[in-house]
Amino acid sequence: MARTAVRPRRGGGIRRGEARAGWLFVAPSVVITLVFLVIPIALALWVSFSDWNGFQSPLNPRVNFVGLENYAAITVDDGLDQQNFGTAVRNNLYYVLFVVPLQTIIALLLAVQVNRAALRGRGFFRTAFYFPSVTSTVAIVIVFQFLFTASGAVNAVIGAFGIDGPDWFNDSTGLFHGFLSLFGITQPSGLLAEPGFLGISGWEWLAGPSVAMSSLIMLAIFTTSGTFMLLFLAALQSIGAEIDEASLMDGAGPVRKFFSITVPMLRPTLFTVLTLGLIGSWQVFDQIYVLGGTSAGGTISTPAFLAYRSSFVDLEWGQGAAIAFILFLFIIVLTLLQRWALAERGPRKRKASSSSKPAETSTADKAAAGAAFTVDGGLR
Amino acid sequence: MRTSQWSAAALAAGLVVTLAACAPADEGGEVQTGQELTMLIGSSGDAETTAVQAAADAWADETGNSVEVIAASDLVQQLGQGFSGNNPPDLFYMPWDQFQTYAAQGFLEPYAEDLANAGDFLPALRDQFSYDGQFYCAPKDFSTLGLQINTDAWEAAGLTDADVPTDWDQLATVAAALTTDDQVGLSMGREYARVGVFMNQAGGTLVDGDAITADSAENAEGLAYLQGLIEAGSLKFPQELEAGWGGEAFGLGKAAMVIEGPWINGAMRNDFPDRKFISVELPAGPGGPSTFAFSNCWGMPIDSETRDATLNLIEFLTSDEQQLAFAEAFGVIPSTESGSAAYAEQFPENAAFVAGVASAASPVAFQGAAAAIADFNTQLEQIGSAEPSSLLTPLQDNLQAAFDEANG
Repeated sequence: MARTAVRPRRGGGIRRGEARAGWLFVAPSVVITLVFLVIPIALALWVSFSDWNGFQSPLNPRVNFVGLENYAAITVDDGLDQQNFGTAVRNNLYYVLFVVPLQTIIALLLAVQVNRAALRGRGFFRTAFYFPSVTSTVAIVIVFQFLFTASGAVNAVIGAFGIDGPDWFNDSTGLFHGFLSLFGITQPSGLLAEPGFLGISGWEWLAGPSVAMSSLIMLAIFTTSGTFMLLFLAALQSIGAEIDEASLMDGAGPVRKFFSITVPMLRPTLFTVLTLGLIGSWQVFDQIYVLGGTSAGGTISTPAFLAYRSSFVDLEWGQGAAIAFILFLFIIVLTLLQRWALAERGPRKRKASSSSKPAETSTADKAAAGAAFTVDGGLR
Repeated sequence: MRTSQWSAAALAAGLVVTLAACAPADEGGEVQTGQELTMLIGSSGDAETTAVQAAADAWADETGNSVEVIAASDLVQQLGQGFSGNNPPDLFYMPWDQFQTYAAQGFLEPYAEDLANAGDFLPALRDQFSYDGQFYCAPKDFSTLGLQINTDAWEAAGLTDADVPTDWDQLATVAAALTTDDQVGLSMGREYARVGVFMNQAGGTLVDGDAITADSAENAEGLAYLQGLIEAGSLKFPQELEAGWGGEAFGLGKAAMVIEGPWINGAMRNDFPDRKFISVELPAGPGGPSTFAFSNCWGMPIDSETRDATLNLIEFLTSDEQQLAFAEAFGVIPSTESGSAAYAEQFPENAAFVAGVASAASPVAFQGAAAAIADFNTQLEQIGSAEPSSLLTPLQDNLQAAFDEANG
């Protein structure tokens, strides 16, 4: 005992040098984290506050600190930069609103189907559904380009039903605008026509995803549902057969069982899927890049793509970095919101609210809880 | 004492090294040897890459240097990467639409006046690659826009050589005559780089001296003329014809006439070898004839360590002889007066492109204009339905803002 007491001071004994060894063991990952994560992020933060034009190092003496100028240019100063950013945020917002719920529902349904013991060729279906996830997005975009041309396979199929399909990837008509035009509303009136938040008029905010963006939404659902199906499948297989039997004894039918047993039991996974989906769809880039990003009237541009374009093409590196940081903050704020939402609800309260209003629980709430869960559960 | 001794010694040593480095270059303009140059090109295809590599190798063998030619998959992005990483290529293609931005940001070495053949380049190209009154970089070659006519479709429509359009009315007439159920009379890219020539032909410009004049009546007239063609059904854009660009629509036989540059020759040879066509000068508008000239220049990064060797290489690459070899290999037009004249003689079928240089304007490309033009290109998607003024007003505002920023 006496030796134990003096050990820290002397630094001897069997545990001598433990701290040093510890540092030695973590050194590789610390170095990698520093070089590839911490330093680049710090540098990007500096660039977003500077007038660096992409020439030589961002730390060279000709680069000046410009305060919030870059952030102002894309958020409050009227002009093209602000409009481009506003349009990109609008596009991405609709992308998220459609992709996240749809991919989650489809992934869940697929998982439930391939989990059924009675299904023949389960292995085949699991592989088939998961296949798009292991294929490069770029390859899938190119295939989709062929499928969705004006005379492509998709239009041929819907043409068989007498519908004249659009020129998918080049059509900039917003879905909601298209819907309104059915009632003869094609022009905004009053306040909606005025430039509003981020330089975009209310009418444009309400445009909905363009037809081109809708094709990308379908593409995203197609590629990511398989991944999330796998997560659901793992969770489904951990639900014991005795619970199924118990619900059967209680007289629950398949629909009741799904909503009252399966979905609540999958709640943790559901949270994970929603959070991952939310983050992933706010960062969508590669599909847009392959399609050129500026086609379809700018309706497929996203903040992530705009950050790239401002930096590399327009040499506005500060603005590009500012966009990236706004996106980063946005995702962080969403996650914090989620943590807060979970902290509000104790386990009992959560159960009560989930059974009283399962349908109304908003995406944000679910995702919020999801993020918190993943943080607490250490999944991510 | 010690310190000053040491610095004196260092200074002396430095001077010796500097003088030694200067010496060979000063002796009768001998070229440096043993340099390893990198060259970044935005290649149109294998033919171009091979030809540029061959030319670079020829120079390298002659002068005892080596040149590594890198064909970029995305030239602008890779250039940006090179400059931000403080490791730009020694020589690169500088696209016309980015030149002003790069020059204004101080990325480029203004070497062009030091070239032995600095006075040989066509004046229009010299202007295009001047910034702030200084001739920056040597034009690599150039292209102008011409009107391509599918001769089979032409004859099928009962048109003769006398019908080749020379003004807007004739263009509208033949475009209507050539339009059939599965072929449109005229097509071109839906972008400023094509539509803009009609605005110029109507007598308009985007920038007049120090004033932005994008929303002028002339520009609106140019757009209105195109809208007339669209309404008549004789003009459709490649997107509506399921083609990636005008040349593809032309090759597929979906458009009987297109407005493209000499690059269409190579594209037709490779992808649509059976397509028979001629290239003629663009018809003139009410404001006279006008076309666009596009060119890349040989960019050199500022304070290049390999300046002398690179300068020598550029002289070699822009010599008439070498440019004509490039012309033969991948269909570009030499950027010098004598070279382009020789080209017109050697390739009479492309004489129209050379003739166009007399009325050629450079597309607007001052610093920051690219974003405004990109926005205009997206606005052009509404060209079929929108009022010309509603397309030109935002362009005016955006160009004005960019212009103020570039000059403010």
